[in-house]
Amino acid sequence: MIRVALPYHLRNLARVESEVELEVASPVTLGSVLDALEARYPVLRGTVRDHVTLKRRPFVRFFACKEDLSLEPAETRLPDAVVNGDEPFLIVGAMAGG
Amino acid sequence: MSKVRLLVGTKKGAFILTADGKRKDWKVSGPHFAGWEMYHLKGSPADPNRIYASQTSGWFGQVIQRSDDGGKTWNTPDGVPAPTPADFGKGVSNKFVYEGEVGTHKWYDGTQHPWEFKRVWHIEPSLTDPDTAYAGVEDAAIFKTTDGGKTWKELPGLRKAKGNLWQPGAGGMAVHTILLDPKNEKRIYIAISAGGCFRTDDGGKTWKPITKGLKSQFELPDPDAEVGHCVHRIALHPSKPDVLFMQKHWDVLRTDNAGEQWSEVSGNLPTDFGFPIDVNFNEPETIYVVPITSDSLHYPPEGKLRVYRSKTGGGEWEPLTKGLPQKDCYVNVLRDAMAVDSLDQCGIYFGTTGGQVYGSADGGNSWNAIVRDLPAVYSVEVQTLP
Repeated sequence: MIRVALPYHLRNLARVESEVELEVASPVTLGSVLDALEARYPVLRGTVRDHVTLKRRPFVRFFACKEDLSLEPAETRLPDAVVNGDEPFLIVGAMAGG
Repeated sequence: MSKVRLLVGTKKGAFILTADGKRKDWKVSGPHFAGWEMYHLKGSPADPNRIYASQTSGWFGQVIQRSDDGGKTWNTPDGVPAPTPADFGKGVSNKFVYEGEVGTHKWYDGTQHPWEFKRVWHIEPSLTDPDTAYAGVEDAAIFKTTDGGKTWKELPGLRKAKGNLWQPGAGGMAVHTILLDPKNEKRIYIAISAGGCFRTDDGGKTWKPITKGLKSQFELPDPDAEVGHCVHRIALHPSKPDVLFMQKHWDVLRTDNAGEQWSEVSGNLPTDFGFPIDVNFNEPETIYVVPITSDSLHYPPEGKLRVYRSKTGGGEWEPLTKGLPQKDCYVNVLRDAMAVDSLDQCGIYFGTTGGQVYGSADGGNSWNAIVRDLPAVYSVEVQTLP
């Protein structure tokens, strides 16, 4: 199971209170986790990445195992600790600053 | 007794304010969609329980919400209030994709820039069909739904009206006003900041600029240009849909022939810069504006919040101050943040960037703060209910 932690507003949209768990076929990549997330929670389509281009929205970031994967291509394989469920895959709203 | 329901969109959620016809005692519901920017909420004239809402976020993009019970419960229009995530939203009702070749518009540096959908600024439900509504979006375009908001399709003819020459201002380039002609279902007026004013007479297939008479000597190199005028808001009275009133960046104007020719009616206003403009429901020649100091100073002159009323369709204006702060007030009133009800004694409402919503139950003669401490108010709409 892949554990995905969503930011507050997306948890509300998806009507979940904590992490979500997703079954994702191997190889587990950045793109395949997002595909699985949107398949399970279609209401999130368009909120993490663009509907058509599938590009990450500019102020959404992807973290895993203390690494920022936001700029990595969709086919990037996620770390073993995420694949094993030991660590969550984090979808984060970027800091607004100020 | 009739009731009124105010739909208030703010920077951090939506609020619903209700009162009976006396409009003295108000109940406040909200925040709905807490933390999201609620650009606009509007009820269907054909079914007041049907309310559409534009929920947006700089982080997470666009969501459309719909209520079928007057704002008590909400769901994305492509889902049903079901416990299973596959059913309560399909991720389709927030899909706004420009039709065909996306094309380009003018960018800040003068080059051409591809159109990019950012958010829905305004939703205008059909006057007759609860399932039909129009959405004005940034980057400027108009979309239509005929299935209650489940899916949206662009009316691409608008961007063919010299869209390549439209250039965003600092506040973005959006279709922010949509007026449906109650006597001619094929006629729609729209306005775009830094784009201008446009009309269709064929239900949205083709559009033409209606800007003759507008003069923008401080904003445009050609003050009489056909497109590019920074129209802040237009309004009409349903009994006289060929008469439009406009608050432009600078200047208040009117047209008596559906936009073929405009004339300035700023008259004795202390400043003719401002954002909202609206028409008294019972008096088609009584109009309201909120003068703002200037394009550089987005607050009322002298720190006095004054609504100005003209009972002559413009030209002659009187300040309305009773109940409004007359010192140390430096809020703004945004373009979609004024509305009028349709009771016998017309109610006027407006919200401020300071979070106040003011209401008048006597046509503007006196005002009361309905709420004082909301987040910055983006939009105010009112429904008059039986």
